[in-house]
Amino acid sequence: MFESFDATLLARIQFAFTVSFHIIFPAFSIGLASYLAVLEALWLWKKDQVYMDLFNFWKTIFAVAFGMGVVSGIVMSYQFGTNWSVFSDKAGPVIGPLMGYEVLTAFFLEAGFLGVMLFGLHRVGPRLHFLATFMVAFGTLISATWILAVNSWMQTPAGFGMNEAGQFIPLDWWKVIFNPSFPYRLIHMVLAAYLTTAFVVGAVGAWHLLENTAPRRSRTMFSMAMWMATIVAPIQILAGDAHGLNTLEHQPAKVMAMEGHYQSHPDGAPLILFGLPNSAEKRVDYAIEIPKLSSLILKHDLNAPLAGLDTIPDNLHPPVAVIFWSFRVMVGLGFAMLGIGLWSLWCRYRGTLDSSDWLHRAAVLMGPAGFVAVLAGWITTEVGRQPYTVYGQLLTAQSVSPIAAPAVAASLIAFIIVYFLVFGAGTFYILRLMKRLPRDPMPDLDEGPIRTSGIMPGPAAGAHAGHTHGSTHHGH
Amino acid sequence: MAIDLPFIWAAIIAFAVLAYVILDGFDLGIGILFPFFPEKRDRDVMMNSVAPVWDGNETWLVLGGGGLLAVFPLAYSIILPALYAPIIAMLLGLIFRGVAFEYRWRTKRGEFLWNWAFAGGSALAAFSQGIALGALVQGIPVVNRAYAGSWWDWLTPFSIATGFAILIGYALLGSTWLIMKTTGALAEKARKIALRTCFATIAAMGIVSLWTPFLKPQYLERWFGWPTAIFSVIVPILVLGCFVLLLTGIRSKRDAQPFLAALGLFVLGYAGIGISFYPFMVPPSVTIWDAAAPDSSLSFLLVGALVLVPIILIYTVYAYWVFRGKVDPEEGYH
Repeated sequence: MFESFDATLLARIQFAFTVSFHIIFPAFSIGLASYLAVLEALWLWKKDQVYMDLFNFWKTIFAVAFGMGVVSGIVMSYQFGTNWSVFSDKAGPVIGPLMGYEVLTAFFLEAGFLGVMLFGLHRVGPRLHFLATFMVAFGTLISATWILAVNSWMQTPAGFGMNEAGQFIPLDWWKVIFNPSFPYRLIHMVLAAYLTTAFVVGAVGAWHLLENTAPRRSRTMFSMAMWMATIVAPIQILAGDAHGLNTLEHQPAKVMAMEGHYQSHPDGAPLILFGLPNSAEKRVDYAIEIPKLSSLILKHDLNAPLAGLDTIPDNLHPPVAVIFWSFRVMVGLGFAMLGIGLWSLWCRYRGTLDSSDWLHRAAVLMGPAGFVAVLAGWITTEVGRQPYTVYGQLLTAQSVSPIAAPAVAASLIAFIIVYFLVFGAGTFYILRLMKRLPRDPMPDLDEGPIRTSGIMPGPAAGAHAGHTHGSTHHGH
Repeated sequence: MAIDLPFIWAAIIAFAVLAYVILDGFDLGIGILFPFFPEKRDRDVMMNSVAPVWDGNETWLVLGGGGLLAVFPLAYSIILPALYAPIIAMLLGLIFRGVAFEYRWRTKRGEFLWNWAFAGGSALAAFSQGIALGALVQGIPVVNRAYAGSWWDWLTPFSIATGFAILIGYALLGSTWLIMKTTGALAEKARKIALRTCFATIAAMGIVSLWTPFLKPQYLERWFGWPTAIFSVIVPILVLGCFVLLLTGIRSKRDAQPFLAALGLFVLGYAGIGISFYPFMVPPSVTIWDAAAPDSSLSFLLVGALVLVPIILIYTVYAYWVFRGKVDPEEGYH
């Protein structure tokens, strides 16, 4: 018994670690792929070189991030089998085909057109090249759709039966895919990806504005990013609220943990702003609360009764403290994003969007906010569904592979070392690429051959630098 | 008679895995050959010859894994724990070589590190795949729908042999790819390497083929019993034909011929394994039909696969077509 618990815990840590690393890259590349498509469309439409410069700048960063996403994603597709083989056997008939569709409709599309997008402008011409960029962006969105259908089904399973071997059998694919939480989750995640990218792009633009380098390109990207933040942050807060109500309906224990409601509140529940959840004593210590607000938010009625974790058996409680805090981190960052958006709107109105140092500093500071919020959000929803892998149907402890704990431990250590090495280096290179914009502009792809000597300034770079700005951009 | 969905799916998964082996085979081969090309300029060209397509090649591996989970969940849930260590090693190898495609161009000081990551990662991934193949061929014990062995069972002399066989075979694919895609001294060197690796590949195929029938009575029966013995006559003859085409191709400087002949060798080797295996998904006890998901899963994904796989093949061919011809040493996007 103790041994199997050990392997389960190690497998959980391994999954949490690898999936947390992985989600960073899709969160970034979904938004960035769409941004690249918009930039290239603007370039084709307005014939303004600034958009091609920005496209080339962000394309290189996209390539590095996408590469990291691919390799960490391959790990995920095999980890279901290595560490969660019982889950794979049982849930495979339902989630497997959805993941199969993800590969067939999205991964091949992205991979097939990525090469053309990165290497092919002078080989296929601008219009076909734009098609490739569009396909890559489209592929990232299709991929998000399928994988969120899978995740949502595990959270709010529907449309299935069971066979004698204990497998989940799909009965109605429409219900499987459009399970109760799917639309909320998909919208919330895609908006989160767009916000994440907007804040990264905004931070890079703001940083270059503070350094007063490449002002036109920096202004353009900063302004585009701030429009995105202004428009999407409030929509995201509404979407998040709707998602929360959906969760209350289908996974009440998760919301109880998010809100810190150990006890039921028969006549109006308070909103606990902060406090220290104490699962041993089943209460939140040092709570700062606003009376009745939780009932108002969740039930739109000040005095509505709200059930607490005391209505659920102890052994089915999710871990409260983690969820309580990760939820607050996510919401707090969401409102901070809204604040930046409104601030930028005010500066825009005043005509100081390009010159407000304080806004720029705040935007630089908020650059990683999207990643943190995405991680916090996923921690909330994934830890919140414990102790189940398939909510209400299959326990996590019953999902794990019959594999010895030392094997899981050894692979976990290997993953930790390799991920920190590899993705640490990648992050370093991306930051360096972000810094590079003013001094070392990307040569136009359709200008012809490009040096292959890496990013360091060299003779070839110097030879191209002169052509980069004033040139016309149609190779054909 | 109802349509035999598990059989159709076994064929599709087999196709996906074969597509993976021959496509990622040559780009892993490029990495395996890196140590033999110390010149930076050669390495740049080698890497650029596969940079636009490697990601698509590797997607077939995801389809093989994801497809197995979708349509043969029982096989997936048995094979992956049984091959735990080689699969983790393969994944780690693929991580290193995958990021090297981007990182290598982003640093001068650290370039040697990513050269090693590319070469070492490719070799590790290839070797692990070979070991996994050998471990699967030698059989996996199953009790109560689950893997029933220990976590070192995959390590045997036979699996080590198949590990080296795949490593050598991928090096052959990589070198013949270079003959096709490069010019000058680089192509000449690739010719020399191809000449050696093709003899080594034939030897490795011979050793593994002679070893396999003696692993299990079933395999022996397949290869020397009637009527399947017809195949055991045909396959070696075709292998010999490919071998001749390989040699003449390398000598005659018809630059695509050696690569195509090397692909032929892989297809034949793969067919040989298929002959041994059928109808098992996990030898010696789980058949295609035991492992299959319910028909509602199989038919749902089949509709998509029948429409989408041809489309995928079309735009994959298109992507290769865009980057056809010899690699321009000045080209790249970096």
